[in-house]
Amino acid sequence: MFKHLAASIRGVGHRTIEGIWQLGHATRFFLLVLLKSGTSFRRFGLVIRELYYVGVLSLIIIVVSGLFVGMVLGLQGYETLQKYGSESAVGTLVALSLVRELGPVVAALLFASRAGSAITAEIGLMKATEQLAAMGMMAVDPVARVVAPRFWAGVISMPFLAAIFSVMGVLGGYLVAVVFIGVDAGSFWSQMQSNVDFRIDILNGFIKSCFFGVAVTAIAVFEGYDSPPTAEGVSGATTRTVVTSSLVILGLDFILTAFMFRGI
Amino acid sequence: MTSETLVEISDLNFSYDARPILKGINMTMKRGQLIAIMGGSGSGKTTLLRLIGGEVMPTSGYAKVSGQIVHELDRDALFEIRRKMGMLFQFGALFTDLSVFDNVAFQMREHTDLPESMIRDLVLMKLHAVGLRGAHHLMPAELSGGMARRVALARSIALDPMLMMYDEPFTGLDPISLSVIGSLIRRMTDTLGMTSVIVTHDVQESLKIVDYVYFIADGVIAAHGTPAEVRNSVAPFVHQFVHGEVDGPVPFHYPAQSYHRDLNLEKALV
Ligand SMILES: Nc1ncnc2c1ncn2[C@@H]1O[C@H](COP(=O)(O)OP(=O)(O)OP(=O)(O)O)[C@@H](O)[C@H]1O
Ligand SMILES: [Mg+2]
Repeated sequence: MFKHLAASIRGVGHRTIEGIWQLGHATRFFLLVLLKSGTSFRRFGLVIRELYYVGVLSLIIIVVSGLFVGMVLGLQGYETLQKYGSESAVGTLVALSLVRELGPVVAALLFASRAGSAITAEIGLMKATEQLAAMGMMAVDPVARVVAPRFWAGVISMPFLAAIFSVMGVLGGYLVAVVFIGVDAGSFWSQMQSNVDFRIDILNGFIKSCFFGVAVTAIAVFEGYDSPPTAEGVSGATTRTVVTSSLVILGLDFILTAFMFRGI
Repeated sequence: MTSETLVEISDLNFSYDARPILKGINMTMKRGQLIAIMGGSGSGKTTLLRLIGGEVMPTSGYAKVSGQIVHELDRDALFEIRRKMGMLFQFGALFTDLSVFDNVAFQMREHTDLPESMIRDLVLMKLHAVGLRGAHHLMPAELSGGMARRVALARSIALDPMLMMYDEPFTGLDPISLSVIGSLIRRMTDTLGMTSVIVTHDVQESLKIVDYVYFIADGVIAAHGTPAEVRNSVAPFVHQFVHGEVDGPVPFHYPAQSYHRDLNLEKALV
């Protein structure tokens, strides 16, 4: 009985230490990527190529999801607001929810599962098939040549994807509230315009999405580069990328929101 | 052909975790020499190439390439010296996101300022040498195993390195490509004055082209000599290897407990 307890406490301690090791390992890798980003900017073509895979190919899922989320917001918002006779505020509600929260957060979650997992799988597979080792033997640093461009492509794409998500959401809200339900278009847009503040709402949302972009891609490239060079290793790393980045996005969102909207 | 030493390996030891893989290896390789390293599967041949390339660190001893101890170099110096080395990986390791052409052009684009038109000519020449000029537009996934290895070979010789390491260049090749590739390796070694190391199981083909042979077994050099010495050797080890006999000093099995015990036959036998 006592032995059991001791063993399980040891287990917890072991895992904690391992986790902290891993965190230190990841941080060092992150700094290494930053340090070796020179190539990415000197040869921006490398980043642009990745922007296509990471950003452009994520567009469909972002556009479609944004539209649907906006439509649901319009529907729910209208249902609630009409009870108080203020259905014209539905535009404000849709826009604020999207720009402040749902745009950055949902876009980042989608980005993690669409692009993050792809980055991890690609880097992991390149490692498992010795492509990274071969590159190193050719005196080309794989961190500078493979990892850094993908990292920067992710960081650059994320704010754009979040913005596109919000725009599509507002359009979706407009479709439902104005076109289907018949809220007055003029008050829908004018209320939105007067209640959405550029600095407080849009800029803060943008900053959030930048943080998420860094977090998701940093996790994705680290998991890929760190994955055991086997099929299970890569698949495990891909799963970890999605799970870890989703948790980090939500946690980070709370912290950022607390600073941004309570601190003002 | 000069007889200057390019690679010097001295009392090199290496172990994975606690398992010793190489135990006190000594070799010298001269410029313009073509050297074969043979040995059973799992005897540490790939590991030896990795040590020369500085990919792994020896536990003791050293490998020197053009007078520099590889594992003591800092990163920049290591990369500097790797520019003069080429390595054909055992499994090809082609970049799967680049076409055959771009794979071969990779090092030229990374390390030189050659204009694209010249790179094009060079790449097509390298591909022509391995018989795959017509396949330059394919992606690695569209190649057969043997074709992929030939592309990998073309890629590894892209910058005419002074030290070329081939990890089993002959596996997966048909007899025709095999002898073409064999004589290509020989010719490059002679015309460019490079040092070539081939790890191979293909005893007959390699004895035709190489200058010197090392046999590795149990982490040590079990035998070495020129092809003529090897062919005429009466040492049981060499004889077994050259003639591909199952019985002899080279074990076919990875070390294990008794076969009977593994199959739970111990009791049944007593
Ligand atoms: N990453 C690794 N971790 C632990 N052990 C390894 C690792 N890579 C190789 N080994 C072990 O080292 C030994 C030598 O491996 P190596 O790849 O050098 O063999 P090899 O002579 O090239 O064999 P083959 O002819 O089959 O390619 C093997 O017994 C293998 O089990
Ligand atoms: Mg090998």
